[in-house]
Amino acid sequence: MPRPLDPRLVREARATAPFLVACAVSGGLAAACALAQAALLAHGIAKLTVPLALIGVVAFRGLLVWGQQVTAHRAAAGVKAQLRARVLDKVVRNRPDGSSGEITALVTRGVDALDPYFAGYLPQLVLSVIVPVTVVVALLVSDPQSALIVAVTLPLIPMFGALIGLYTAGRTRRRWRSLEVLAGHFTDVVSGLPTLKAFGRAKAQAAQIERITGEHRRATMGTLKIAFLSALVLEIAATLSVALVAVSVGLRLVSGSLTFETALFVLILAPEAYLPLRAAGAQFHAAQDGVAAAEKIFAALDAPGVSVPEDGSGRPHGEIRFEDVTVARRELVGPFSFTAPAGELTVLAGPSGLGKTTLLDVLLGFTPAASGRVLADGAEITPGDEWRRGIAWVPQRTFLIAGTVAENIALAVPGAPDGAVRRAAEAVGVTRFTSLDAEGSALSAGQRQRVALARAVLRVDLLDTPLVLLDEPTAHLDPRTELEILDLLDGPLRGRTIIATTHRSALLERADQLVRLDAVPVPA
Amino acid sequence: MSSPSTTRRPGFRLGLAVLAGAGALSCGIALMATSAWLISRASQHPPVLYLMVAIVSVRAFGMGRGVLRYAERLVSHDAALRLLARTRVRVFERLADLTPAVRPSGDGGPLGVVLDNAEGVADRWLRGVLPMASAAIACGGAVVLEWWLLPSAGAVLLAGLLIGGLVAPLLAASGARRAELRAAAARATLTARTAETLDGLPELVAFGALPNRLAVLGDADRAVTRAASRSAWTAGLGSALTVLATGASVLVALALGVPAVRDGHLSSVLLAVIVLTPLAAFEAVAELSQAAQRLLRAREDARRVAAVLSLPDPVTEPADPAPVPDGPPHLQIDGVTARWPGAPSDSLSAPLLQLDLPPGRHIAIMGESGVGKSTLAAVLARFLDYDGSVTLDGVELRDLPSDGVRRVIGLSGQDSHVFDTTLAENVRLARPGASDDDVADALRRAGLGPWLETLPEGLATRVGEHGSAVSGGQRQRIALARALLADVPVLVLDEPDAHLDDATAVTVLTDLLKAAGDRTVILITHRDAIPGGDPVLRHIDEVVTLTPALEPAPAA
Repeated sequence: MPRPLDPRLVREARATAPFLVACAVSGGLAAACALAQAALLAHGIAKLTVPLALIGVVAFRGLLVWGQQVTAHRAAAGVKAQLRARVLDKVVRNRPDGSSGEITALVTRGVDALDPYFAGYLPQLVLSVIVPVTVVVALLVSDPQSALIVAVTLPLIPMFGALIGLYTAGRTRRRWRSLEVLAGHFTDVVSGLPTLKAFGRAKAQAAQIERITGEHRRATMGTLKIAFLSALVLEIAATLSVALVAVSVGLRLVSGSLTFETALFVLILAPEAYLPLRAAGAQFHAAQDGVAAAEKIFAALDAPGVSVPEDGSGRPHGEIRFEDVTVARRELVGPFSFTAPAGELTVLAGPSGLGKTTLLDVLLGFTPAASGRVLADGAEITPGDEWRRGIAWVPQRTFLIAGTVAENIALAVPGAPDGAVRRAAEAVGVTRFTSLDAEGSALSAGQRQRVALARAVLRVDLLDTPLVLLDEPTAHLDPRTELEILDLLDGPLRGRTIIATTHRSALLERADQLVRLDAVPVPA
Repeated sequence: MSSPSTTRRPGFRLGLAVLAGAGALSCGIALMATSAWLISRASQHPPVLYLMVAIVSVRAFGMGRGVLRYAERLVSHDAALRLLARTRVRVFERLADLTPAVRPSGDGGPLGVVLDNAEGVADRWLRGVLPMASAAIACGGAVVLEWWLLPSAGAVLLAGLLIGGLVAPLLAASGARRAELRAAAARATLTARTAETLDGLPELVAFGALPNRLAVLGDADRAVTRAASRSAWTAGLGSALTVLATGASVLVALALGVPAVRDGHLSSVLLAVIVLTPLAAFEAVAELSQAAQRLLRAREDARRVAAVLSLPDPVTEPADPAPVPDGPPHLQIDGVTARWPGAPSDSLSAPLLQLDLPPGRHIAIMGESGVGKSTLAAVLARFLDYDGSVTLDGVELRDLPSDGVRRVIGLSGQDSHVFDTTLAENVRLARPGASDDDVADALRRAGLGPWLETLPEGLATRVGEHGSAVSGGQRQRIALARALLADVPVLVLDEPDAHLDDATAVTVLTDLLKAAGDRTVILITHRDAIPGGDPVLRHIDEVVTLTPALEPAPAA
């Protein structure tokens, strides 16, 4: 069930605690202001005077609201920044199971959903405890009968709110989940638009999107119909009890058992007891997405960490040996055994989908071998940061950041000097088709491939990496360019231990050692 | 193609919601005014019977507010969700027109527009326009009441409401405008950077670039936080001004009412009404500061949505489209030049290229990376406008509807997307309605037969982001299977062999060319350019090499 305040938020985001204290202080002051204003107004109307103290009260109320809002928004921004940083830190260390789209949604839109929770709901929650209690006490002193009406109806509001909240909690969670699925679907369909369009299916997908969003709307409205019931109870309890108070004091005025000034004081004050609760109720629903998001954030923070070897292997050296290594893909594949001699080019060949890329992942420490051992110069490896520092890797699909071609190449060695980046770019011919200052996103598939190769050359150049992993390095290149690129093997990459996967004969022909992987899948 | 329930303008529902909202707020104001009168009248000790109407009214207003508020919430949320769906579909349809000339990612890219900005547009109505309209109606009623009782008090309330309900929100909004704009851009940047970091995680880890990357993310995060803090100052200012206006209106109403009662211009029973009505009326404008900020935030969203909707077409559809030729098509190219939108120079420049492709001809197009082979494929699939002449049975492609062209000329691109659904659906999209047997047959012909055998769930296996990963080669073969299943007379295959090993590529391409039968095939490939030196090329009638020079170099 949605709790009014999740204690973990206070623990996880330390900016929360002082903020709550500030809320309590301003809440107390706001309650005092409400009392003073009601008393002064009642006195003025009953005695036909204009109390000048009202000016001071009004001015102070304005100041209080301003200070409270500024504090709330700043605190929300601070808490969000803390949570985002913690989640991202955890996620990048942990290599996510979920899709990158979902995690991006969590740390951006998910964390943003906490805004109404912090900037709106939490301060209001504090107010809705302090103000009603103060008002009931004040009413008790001046007119116990009205105090009784307010004291009886007030608890109904959080009670019904909690009951309905309990009932809708599961639905809210499901709605959040379905929203995520929806976002994933949009991402999928928009990314695949070129494919859809080629087959004349793009417009048909628009109808599909319309249908899915329609279903989502109906499901959401189903939840809202019930969720808003708590607001209905709240509104009715608040306004009806004010009406009851008004009628009750009116009748007692007729009988003369109450003074006009007291009656006015009660009438002005009674709604003040419900205002903070009403506002909190309104903000509670806006804050629900934030509560659901907070739960997901905590789940992400609680996810078991991948054990990163404290002191992994040092930089690779000597021959690399795979001994009966099996890897888990869709099914277990392997076992593979081969040796990549130091300083030579070992080419892994075999049908697509056999797991060649996964073997490189094992070397990079991204995927553990399901069984078997990987040895460097006879010692079993535990790949960590230091081990990876000795590897230059060209993956199958090149990842580009938003930025220039030069920035994209420099990514391979943080802090690489411009000169080295230019050398690497020239070595693989990047500079022939583009300026280094051009945006990387404009590159074609073949050009991206060259950027990836330039990164490898840069790493070899600056970090003197002994091990080079090339995952289909010439897949997107025409034969002439391929030959030109393969000359890198005799140039900047010469003398390295190179393990490459390929389907292309030109690279196969260059291999010092050819490893044909054609092991059949072993049953899991 | 779309159901009437969601395309009907949500305007009617929004109007209904405004009325219900105004009614709820009016009930609150009326409750206070009637109660004030009730108490004042009661203090004169009249017979209780005289108070009965007021007593009943007070109770009715007490109920009415809650019921109307509930109705308003349901109707308005329904309308907003409908609006959201409509906006998303419109943006998507526009993106479908623009693809592939517009990339789906990047800062504030189309994907963000479909997800974030469309939501902002719906929010603009739900949390911006709607509360403002409701408040305006209810407050109008309160002003009329005050004016009727004491014109000067009515004028003061009007002024107070204008300051608290209009000036204050606008002030807050305009003050926050720049910060908000910066926040929208900063939020988009943060989203893009985060997505990028997660997408490139393996490489960033391998390069040891993660700490730098987290620092970049930290900067983006701080920019968002700074922008949020800045708008906090002004948001608070708006609310404070509203509170001040409330207090001042009540105070002035009292100051005007007291002498009026003394002079006999105002019945003493009405003094409490004059003073307490403003108190209730301002409850109606309390939320407007936030509504104004919402409106403002949504303006940036609306701008981005409009920007996508108004992007120029990469392809000009003919005003008077010629009928798409039936039967085996004869494709001819006589010089062609094309440029992607935003590209600094021509992406394909082959003014002298001459190709004559009678039905069933199989040609291979080769050339260096970047010479414009894929651009040619895009021109043939009518994704891109061109200069020069490309004709289908003598009719220029630009004179034909582009969807019609794609029913004749099918393109299988090098970056084919594998959708997050079953294997069968991924292939079937090429020909909706194809049977499972047809799909399985297409997969087998694309060389995926053995793989399919090993899948326990067969065609129902989920692939794509949430399914099991497919290798690069499998991705290409799924694309090939689509191309085979699509019943198009002309197949343009843009590097279908990029991720296949030589042996498989030769088998698959050979099978494909055989399976293509009397279809025309344009194969764009890097494969060995020596004619006859490659088994695939034995099934090719002609090899054309595109060169950066203006002249094509026909071979074979």
